[in-house]
Formats: sequence, structure tokens, C-alpha cells
Amino acid sequence: MAAPLTLLLIVAVTIRAVLFRSSLAELISARVEVVSPLNAWKRVVEGLALLDLGVSPYSGDVFHETPLMIYLFHFTVDYAEIVFIVSAYFFRKQKYALESDRYSADCLELLRSPKEMFYIPLKVAMFYLLNPFTILSCVAKSTCGLNNAIIALFIFCTLKGSALLSGILLALATYQSIYPLTLFAPALLFFLQRLYIPVNLRRSSFWFFTLQYAFMYVGSLVVITGLSFFLLGSWDFIPSVYGFIFSVPDLTPNIGLFWYFFAEMFEHFRLFFSCVFQINVFFYTIPLSIKLKEHPVFLIFMQIAIISIFKSYPTVGDVALYMAFLPAWSHLYRFLRNIFLVSCVLLACSALFPVLWHLWIYAGSANSNFYYAITLLFNFGQVKVFTTTWLTNCEWKNRWRNKVSLFINLY
Amino acid sequence: MGLLSDPNRRKALTGLLTRLNTPICIVCYLAGIVWFMGLAFEPFTLRTYMSENAMGSTMVEERFSSGERALSLAKEFDAHKRKAGGMPVEWLVKAMQSRGLEVFTQSFSRKLPFPDENKERYMVRGTNVYGILRAPRAPRTEALVITAPCSPGNTNNQAVALLLALAQYFRNQIYWAKDIIFLVNEHDLIGTQAWLEGYHHTNITGMEYSPLQGRAGSIQAALSLELSSDVITSLDLVLEGLNGQLPNLDLANLFYAFCQKLGVLCTIQGKLQRNDWDTAEGYTHAAQTMMLMVLKQACGRSWGDHGLFLRYHIEAASVRGINSFRHYKTDATTIGRLLEGMVRKLNNLLERLHQSYFFYLLPSLSRFVSIGYYMPAFGLLAVILLLRALDLWVHLGAPALAAVDGVTEAEQPSSPGVLTVLTPVVISHLTGVALYLLPVHLQEMAVEHFPVSETEAVVLTAIAIYTAGLALPHNTQRLLSGEGTEQGWKVLKLTALLYLAVLLGCTALINFSLGFILAVTLVPITASITPHIALYAVVMVLLSPAFTILYCVFIYQELIEAPVSVSEGWMLFLSVISQGILDHALYGSLVYPLLALFIYPCWLMFWNILFWN
Repeated sequence: MAAPLTLLLIVAVTIRAVLFRSSLAELISARVEVVSPLNAWKRVVEGLALLDLGVSPYSGDVFHETPLMIYLFHFTVDYAEIVFIVSAYFFRKQKYALESDRYSADCLELLRSPKEMFYIPLKVAMFYLLNPFTILSCVAKSTCGLNNAIIALFIFCTLKGSALLSGILLALATYQSIYPLTLFAPALLFFLQRLYIPVNLRRSSFWFFTLQYAFMYVGSLVVITGLSFFLLGSWDFIPSVYGFIFSVPDLTPNIGLFWYFFAEMFEHFRLFFSCVFQINVFFYTIPLSIKLKEHPVFLIFMQIAIISIFKSYPTVGDVALYMAFLPAWSHLYRFLRNIFLVSCVLLACSALFPVLWHLWIYAGSANSNFYYAITLLFNFGQVKVFTTTWLTNCEWKNRWRNKVSLFINLY
Repeated sequence: MGLLSDPNRRKALTGLLTRLNTPICIVCYLAGIVWFMGLAFEPFTLRTYMSENAMGSTMVEERFSSGERALSLAKEFDAHKRKAGGMPVEWLVKAMQSRGLEVFTQSFSRKLPFPDENKERYMVRGTNVYGILRAPRAPRTEALVITAPCSPGNTNNQAVALLLALAQYFRNQIYWAKDIIFLVNEHDLIGTQAWLEGYHHTNITGMEYSPLQGRAGSIQAALSLELSSDVITSLDLVLEGLNGQLPNLDLANLFYAFCQKLGVLCTIQGKLQRNDWDTAEGYTHAAQTMMLMVLKQACGRSWGDHGLFLRYHIEAASVRGINSFRHYKTDATTIGRLLEGMVRKLNNLLERLHQSYFFYLLPSLSRFVSIGYYMPAFGLLAVILLLRALDLWVHLGAPALAAVDGVTEAEQPSSPGVLTVLTPVVISHLTGVALYLLPVHLQEMAVEHFPVSETEAVVLTAIAIYTAGLALPHNTQRLLSGEGTEQGWKVLKLTALLYLAVLLGCTALINFSLGFILAVTLVPITASITPHIALYAVVMVLLSPAFTILYCVFIYQELIEAPVSVSEGWMLFLSVISQGILDHALYGSLVYPLLALFIYPCWLMFWNILFWN
């Protein structure tokens, strides 16, 4: 297992290094599908320049990353490329370790041959490292890669059972962009399952653990926020980062759903629509948690998918994060309907994004409707992927239950 | 999505698609071809109309009268051109200044990657001269451009002279709301490219130019004039620009409206419009005009000096004066009036031309086919690829579907390793990269070892690499003997079909003609390919991209009524390849990289399937 993984790592690093040095790097860092105002490298450099001049990096509405990120790059700006490649490597390591761990905790391995299971971590690693979306994201030096690494570390620590580390990492992920807040529920459910605490609202052990975990999470969040305040000496970063994420003032086209709507609505209704759109991300947590309380890892996957579809400034790096998880559910492949159609749609849309952008912005023959149509189709394809996975999971669970009950009845 | 979620209906649908796959594909292909040919049939086309309000309702009375003065100026220009041995820069500057324009010059130089044998140039150095007529009472935010090329020999003298006469006439008018730039460019497209890059502060083609000293605001429209004789019989409109981009149809409508008003014969693709659409000859004539436009658009080069303006979102067209054997002749004054009328109408624009179509085909100047009508023809061809891919997917997934209720673990069909599919893909793309990079880079080495000129070296290296790619499958199979399985070729074919579908789709969106022509030749053979059938190998080679170019050359020559013999056609084919490579290097045309880096590797993948071990 080590040899194919090392080979994979070498190939991935080579591809990234080659692309970093070629002229394509400039082109890719300017693409709107790959970078967003939140995580563009250009803006990080601007923020660093402002910081060096002694001005607050948040003045002027250019920089929207968190203070810890800017300080990280303050020290490593010359080695930025290495930082990104290393974060991709860490991400891989976590994914790999977590996959090989997962199935000892999950008792559903009977429907899969051991040989297959052995290869799942490698497949997950391959799906992430060699995914063109991640390669583009890394070459563009978008901080999305670092965000993905933090989320992967969080998942790893959760699966390893360390509640404190998991709380800290979740706080860090939430601090970066607010949406991972919704991952609190699946992480909590996982720990409860692991510690054999039944999810019963009347039991005191449930409340005890929940409060413990919540305290660790909120505490770390407070500490990190306080640290940022002390680093920069002002609370500027809160409206610049979190206010920016929620109020969506920047309407540069991207692969998300917000920009087109917000470009054409009246100012009067802006608050209402922002609330409606943002609720979409948080809204599904409770029903999904109730339905999937025995499968918290699948719930994490669902949540990440929802976040990357409905967040205010998605990029292809976010899409790659949940796609990397798909091989973990390879036992569902057999039942996945429409997977061919959906993957064709996603492939075609990814190819059409730059074409229609060119026709709109450069040739002037198309307009924003064409680009938004492809955005809608792409998101529709993504929603189809995750609903199909969800439905096949339910169906597979039912079949499994039927078989188990049949088995039990026989004896 | 009830149809796709309900398992029984789904099974019925997929069963239907699998059983009737070949008949449906054949029907789709024939329907696509018939639809495309039917586009030229007049009842299926729409009459052109002016969409832009600002250009429609004003009645303009043209008063230009200095046609004769322009013709004597042409002789003077010719004399000075001969004396200077190129562009008579001082004379032009003095002439424009005496007409009250603000005159500036721009010098540029470019070393071509290899000598251009058609125009006989290698190291190009030149000067552009342009004069700006400032709008007397308007803010200087917008501009119009009228350009005439300074060509060697006897060509285009009258164009430059008419330009100067128009400048003098325009200077005395008070109604200009936009600045007008009169540009005389040297070395046709290279000069225009240098001027545009200088104007817009870009440098996309590696040209060296001196920065422009004078500017006039954002350019709304441009007209290029090519006139080589004192009297003409008809005016030809050239619309096709770089990468098959077309100007807004309103510009063509404007030209046609003025030709009607002034009684000038106007042609497109050099062909006059006919009225007898219900006869076979009438239909063939329209079909020929449309096919010429398709061929010209597909080759991606700019067919007039206007073509490079389109990339900067400036609507531009070329007007070419043709002197053939007709009774009725038009003099320079009328042409001047036509241009005056067009420029005055363009002067009235409030915003850039955007109301009318950007994607269209013209079977004649007064009839057009919009994208909504011609895209289904392409769609029918693309759907064949998708149907085939679906069919393959169903066949590949069938053993797994049979075990859907399996109690124990289902036996996986021996799935081919990723390596067997990945290797042909990687090797094909590497060959494509070689085809793109090597011909230009290895020309010195080739010239050393073989008695050929540089241009021939480049073209022959390209053909050599192309042919060498045909030998690849044998070699790669030898390297990976024992890895190929029965299912392997099906997976490769599925990937290649989807890749081809996406590629052709994206190409058709940007340049419909190129996408359609490639689809017509590539789709039937790639959809039906299976390993080890010798007939398919022959047909594959005969329908490969290089042969498609060859057929297009012959068809083009037939359509412009100058048919060529096989050897002449072959020489033309070689020059087309060298022009393609030069266009890519000089102006950023995308046809050569598309063919070398994407279409050719895709074709090679199918060639690999044919020789699957």
C-alpha cells in the first residue's frame, strides 16, 4: 500500500510543480471558477502588502481572509507553492488514514470483499490528488486548499476519537469560513456513537457529553477569535470576513448560485434574499441528522456536499473535497442510477464554463444568462450526485436490514 | 424524474435504446446532414432586418462628391509608393495633416517563426499611419475606424485615396458625435494586429511595436476598404474574422441597405443573389454561398483586415471592390457615398451593436440562418456519440446489473486496470503535444539534414509526426503486452466518445463551422468503430483530420469555380497547413492548437481501439 501511495504522491507533486512553473499558472489564477474573492491568492498578496505598510489589511474591501491566514503567509510567502503542495499532501495523509480507520468502526463491511476495501484509501487519495479540480485549485494558490486540509484533519481527528482535537480543528474550520459550523452535529453524533451514549434527549449522559464537546468547540473558537484580535489589534476582520460571507456584496460570477440573483434584485429585498439563500446551507442539518444518526460519517459527506453547493462563493476546490469521498461508498455504486448521465452533465459543464465565459466576456456574443445556465446545470448535476448517493444509501440500508432480519429469522 | 427513477420504465427505455441504437444513429446522422443542407432552402431562411433602433430610422442624404479627386490622389499615392519602395510615410502624414487630422505613426516589427511563402516575408518591419478626426462638439469617448491597407504593387491605391478624400469631406461636417480614425496599415494583418495591440495595451502575440501617441476612445465599429480599380462592378462584403468570429449581423444589414439605396451591386462570397429559389440552380447557388461561408469560417483565419478587430469586441467588416465583366459600372463617388452613409449611421449608435445576431450563416445577403436553426444539425450529430456512449455503458454495466439481487458479494467482472485506458490517452496526448511543438522547433535541424526550405521543413515535419502517430498502437501494445482485456477497448471507446462529444460541443459553440465539419467526418467512423476490422482502418485514415482538410481544400476550390488538379491541390494543402501554423503564431488563431492538441489525440485514441490487442 505504501508503494502505490508514494507513486501517486510523486505523480501528483510532479504535475503541480510542472504547472506551477509553466505560463498556465497565471491563466489559472485568474479564472473565476477556481478562485473566489474569499480565497484568491492575489488578494492574499494585497493583504500582505497592506500589512507590511502598517495599514489594516481589511481596509479597502480587497482582502477577505482571516488574520491567522495572513500571518501564516507572512512567514511563508516565498514558499507559498510548497505550502500548498504540503497541505495537499497532509490532506491525502489524513484521508488515507481515515479511510483505513473508518471501517473498523463501521460494521457494514460484509457486503464488500476485503480486497476491495484495501484499495479504497488509495482510491480516495487518487480521487483527490489527481482530480483536475484540485490541481487547478492548487496551481492557482487558492486558500481553498488549506481550508480543505483543515476539514480533512478535523474528520481524521473525529474518527480517531479525540474530541478535543476535533473540537479545535472544527473551530479553526469554522473560523475560516462559517459554514463548517454545520459539521458540529455529525461530529457530535459520531462521538456519541463511539462512546455508546444513546441519542436520547432525556438522558443526562447525552447532555453531559454534548455540553462537553460544545464547550471545547466554542472555547477554541473564542480563543482563536481573540488571538486574531490581538494579532491585528482590531475587530475589523469580523465584518470583512464573516459579514462578507453573509451579505455577499461581491457579485463576480462564479460557479455558485448567488451572483446572478443578487445582481438583478432590488436593494429593498436584498436582506430577505440573503437570509433565504444562506438558510439553505444550515437548514438541512437537522433533518439529515435525525435520519442519519447511525451513519455520522455519511452525514459528514452530505453536509460537506451541501456546503459546497450552497455556499456564497464556491469554487471547484470545494467540489473536489466531497467528490474525493465518493469511493468510500463504492458499495453503493451498483445501485447508483443515472450516474452516467449525471457525470456526463458535470463533465460537459466543466468543459463549457471557460467556453461560455470566453464568449460572454471576450467575444461579446453571449451574455450572463449563458454562463448562469451552465452554473445552474452544474449545480443541478452536483445536487443529483448527492441525492442519488443519499437515496442509494437508504435503499442499500433497507436491503441490508432485510437481509439481516432474514438471517436472524432463519436462526 | 419519474422516467429515470422507476426501474421498470428505465429498463424498458434502456432496452429500447440498446436494441435500436444503430438505426437511431443512422437516422440521426442523415437527419443532421439533410437539415444542414436544407438550411440554404429559401423558405427555411429569414429575411434580414435592421435590429438596432438607432440605425434604422434616420434618412441620410449623402453628399460626397470628390470621387474624381480621389482617383487622381490614387495615382499620386502609387507614384510615392514606388519611390519609397514601401509605405510612403512622410507623404501620407503630410496628406492627412493637410486635411486637418491629428496624425500619428506607429512602427512595428515581427519575426515570423518561419518564412511565409505565400506573401514572401520573414522579417517584417513596417509603419502604420493613422489620423484622428476629432468630433467637433462631442466628448471624446467613442470612436469609429476606417482602414485601408497599403499593399505592395498596384493593389489598394484607390482605397487609400478614397480614405483621404473621405477624410477631407468628413472634416467639413459638424454632425460627428464620435471621433473617426483613418488608418493606413502596412503588411495587412500584421500591421492591424500591431495597431490594435498598441491601442488596447495588450501583447498577446509577441509583436514589437512602438506605443501609440494618440488615442481616441473606445472603438465602436470599424470598416476596412479594399479597392484596386477606378471603376467597379460590384462590392463584396467579407464578414469572417479570426477563429470564425462574425460581426453583428446589423453591420451586414447596414451594408445591404445602402447598396440597395445607391443601386450598387453587392455580393457575398463573390456570388450575386438569385431570385429563383424554387429551381434547382437557385437552391444550389444558395447552398454554394452558404458552404463557402462555412468553409471560410471553419479555417479560422481572418479573411479581411477587419477580422482582428472582432476579438476586441469591435464590430468590423471588409468591403472589397470587384471589377469584373459587367455592363453596369459604379464610380468612386458612389462608393464614397456608400461609405459616408454607413459611417453616418454608425455615428448614430448609442451603444455597441448587440441587438442583432452574432451567430448566423448567410446563404445570400438578404437571407440569414440564425443559430437556433443551424445548431440542431450539429446537435443531431452529437447525439449519436452520446447514444453510442450510453449503449457502451449499458453493456459494460450489464454483468453487474444481473447480480443486483445477489445474496453474497457480487462477482466483479474483470474490470480492466486503469492503466490500460490511461496509457493510450497519455500517449495520444503526448503525440499531440509533439505535433504542436516540434514542427516549428525542429525546423533548423530539418533544414540541415534535408534539402528543403524552412516552410517545407515545418509542414513536412508536421505531416511526418502525424503519420508516425499511426504506427503508435503497434508499439504501445508491444510495451504493455498482456494488459489488454476484452472490456478494455470498450472502456477506452466510452471515454473517447465522451471526450469527442465534449470537444466537438465546445468547438461548435465558438466556431460552428469547424465543429460541424469535424463532426460530419469524425462521428460516423468513431461511433461504429470496433477492433480488428481492416475496412475501418482504411476509412479511419480517409476520414482523419488531415484528409478532412484536404477534402475541404478541393471543395473550396470547386466552389470558387477554380478547380485544381490533384498535385495543385496537394500544394495548396501544404500551404494551408503552413498558413494555419503562422496564423496561430502571428494572430492567435486557435484552429491549429485545437487540431493538434485535442482533435488529433482523440482520433489517435480511436485508432488505438482499432488495433486493440
